[in-house]
Amino acid sequence: MTKRIYLFTRFERFWHWSQAALVLILMFSGLAIHGSHSLLEFQAAVEVHEIAAWLLIGLWIFAIFWHFTTGQWKHYIPTLRNIDRMVRYYSYGMFTGAKHPYKITVERKHNPLQRLAYLVIKLLINPLIWISGLIYLFWGSLQGLTPGFLGLQQVAVAHTLGAFLMLAFVIIHVYLATVGHTPLEKIKAMITGWENEH
Amino acid sequence: MRHAERLTHASPARASAWRRCRLLVVALGFLGGVVTSPLSASTADHTKFEELEGPFETGQEVTEACLSCHTEAAAQLMQTPHWTWEYEDPVKGEPLGKKTMLNAFCIGHQSNEAFCAACHAGYGWEDDSFDFTAERNVDCLVCHSAEDYVKPFGLAGHPAYERTEYPPDSGNFYEPTDLVAAARSVGVSSREACGSCHFYGGGGDGVKHGDLDSSLVDPSEALDVHMASDGLNFSCAECHETRDHKVPGSRLSMTASDAHGPIMRGRKDDRNPASCQACHGEQPHDGDLLHSERLNHHAHTLACQTCHIPTFARGGVPTRMAWDWSQATQLDADGNPFKLKNDQGHLTYDSRKGRFEPQENVVPDYQWFDGSVDYIQPDATVTPGETFYVNRFRGTPGSADARIWPVKNFSGRQPYDTENGNLVVMQVGIPNDTSLWFNFDFAKAIQAGMAATDRPFSGQFDFVDTRMTWPITHMVAPAEDALACADCHRPSGRLDEVPGIWLPGRDSNPWVDRIGFGLAGLMLLGSAAHAGTRLITRKRRKGATHD
Ligand code: HEM
Repeated sequence: MTKRIYLFTRFERFWHWSQAALVLILMFSGLAIHGSHSLLEFQAAVEVHEIAAWLLIGLWIFAIFWHFTTGQWKHYIPTLRNIDRMVRYYSYGMFTGAKHPYKITVERKHNPLQRLAYLVIKLLINPLIWISGLIYLFWGSLQGLTPGFLGLQQVAVAHTLGAFLMLAFVIIHVYLATVGHTPLEKIKAMITGWENEH
Repeated sequence: MRHAERLTHASPARASAWRRCRLLVVALGFLGGVVTSPLSASTADHTKFEELEGPFETGQEVTEACLSCHTEAAAQLMQTPHWTWEYEDPVKGEPLGKKTMLNAFCIGHQSNEAFCAACHAGYGWEDDSFDFTAERNVDCLVCHSAEDYVKPFGLAGHPAYERTEYPPDSGNFYEPTDLVAAARSVGVSSREACGSCHFYGGGGDGVKHGDLDSSLVDPSEALDVHMASDGLNFSCAECHETRDHKVPGSRLSMTASDAHGPIMRGRKDDRNPASCQACHGEQPHDGDLLHSERLNHHAHTLACQTCHIPTFARGGVPTRMAWDWSQATQLDADGNPFKLKNDQGHLTYDSRKGRFEPQENVVPDYQWFDGSVDYIQPDATVTPGETFYVNRFRGTPGSADARIWPVKNFSGRQPYDTENGNLVVMQVGIPNDTSLWFNFDFAKAIQAGMAATDRPFSGQFDFVDTRMTWPITHMVAPAEDALACADCHRPSGRLDEVPGIWLPGRDSNPWVDRIGFGLAGLMLLGSAAHAGTRLITRKRRKGATHD
């Protein structure tokens, strides 16, 4: 029988899945606003987008609080150690049946590649989306107060860029979630909190 | 009551609609147990005044009676464009106003005074000899009479005093006007009174403006929330709040952006009372947590009219969107002028005037507008083969004093002097040997028209495409009929061509889109390749499980 470790606390799972839902909703409604599809009418898309954005902001405030009060933020301290082995594993070793080079423990639940990816999300992509999104949201009031180079055009393009980077991340992230021992293993872990130790 | 045989073009729909309206008011009064007067609660009943008992031979005699009490009224009116037909461009100082201006419809009134003066607030303007200083020449009744008072075309601003055949030998008769009844019915100006001229600009109902036509005499709420007869029932002067006979809110220089609160009673300022903001202020949207604020912010960029007048000519009366004079003067096999109508019964051809394009429910064009309008002067030079702009609305895209406005862009095709290079005025409406509508000869008509303007005519003429822009500001629809976000926030929406704004849903950076979707595509491909390799190598790995 495999040994199981309790990797994801209840709050962490709630945070993960509600964030996932909100990001998907924001992506879908945002691309409707952008004019990339017409499955959602513009006004409805704006309403959905703004409500979801506020929920996401609320969620983030909780999450940031949680990260700092529980010390969980340490999971995102980047390391370059063994990162080459991770890359080699994903691009080669995995196909030859090599053993996963990283051993997950409660103390270090993300492998070095994950750490780096999530840090980029948290420090670059998310802030790009939030800051541009908030400026976008309050543009009516900020108009005329921003420095000359910063028009609605720059805000909207930055926000869209953030959205595309998020889209790229979501695709890779969803795919890599299936790269466990069985395709659903990791997804189950994020639902139940329990991960099999190998 | 006399209205049996009038020339159709001579009688703005004033009489019948007003009678209907009055009947309704009287009927409602009975229902409520009181007979109310259709006029406001005036303290003077003009039917009781000896001065107005008549008999009156001419309109001037009525005016003299009016002035015996309203001593300053004529002097006031004579200061205004309703009398002078003059106006000075506040930007360039150039003379504007009907007296000298050209347009792309009937072109110009010079040499046609007796015809055009049907819409002059005076009596007797036939030619240059008209006395603009004689108070008795002021026509009080055309604005103030609630009776069936009609100034037919051709009588130099007089109503018919006796049964008059016009044009002579035409078999068309103007019936005489009851001046006593007209004089005794006076009061504040009704929509119908203002509309008897302003609804008929360009020579017919709704022709010129597009947002002003006879449907506003008795409009529904869907047509105009302010003027709806069974709603707020505004008169024109409710917004064009008139003082000393000065009517504010001219299209010649408008208030395009008015970023202020409502005008406070009693406060001295010279703001235009006819702007939306004069009553509604600059933050009129409230009560919607998600959108009120956003809509109020839209007012930094858009005129109220842009969203709240979704289409113009909505009242069942078409407006003319194009007029091609070059097609005029065609005669039928018997050598007679003729008219053609389209399936809706709207005039599309008239030998006297040319080809028309009548349209209803027209979606406006949109453009930046700061309220000032650049009109050409009559001697401006035409470039052959190029569209000649008779006027242009000024406004710098994105500037704080301009807003995006709905406009009617009218396409004309009209004669110009190919040697001298300027547009020409034609004599059209006077029954004589030179007028176009009676002789169907352009050269003669232009000769006579230009002679009246004291400008030369080389004898050579051709036609040029012209363009005229008109503001759309009446026919404000109920809030629920205002434009939806997606009318503009989409590719090829209503503001498709408007510069100076970043419009989400219309605008995007094509490179960001390309790179963004490209990146997403690469991620998908990469994942698919990776997954495929996993699948292919699965067998090989079977033995090597490390569990
Ligand atoms: C803090 C969270 C966010 C805020 C405050 C926000 C705010 C906004 C605002 C104000 C707009 C303009 C339309 C509108 O008024 O609704 C917008 C558009 C958009 N949003 Fe967001 N957003 C957020 C998160 C996201 C996320 C997570 C995504 C996608 C992953 C996204 C994708 C988009 C896209 C694609 C557009 C259309 C941009 C354009 O074409 O101009 N947004 N967002």
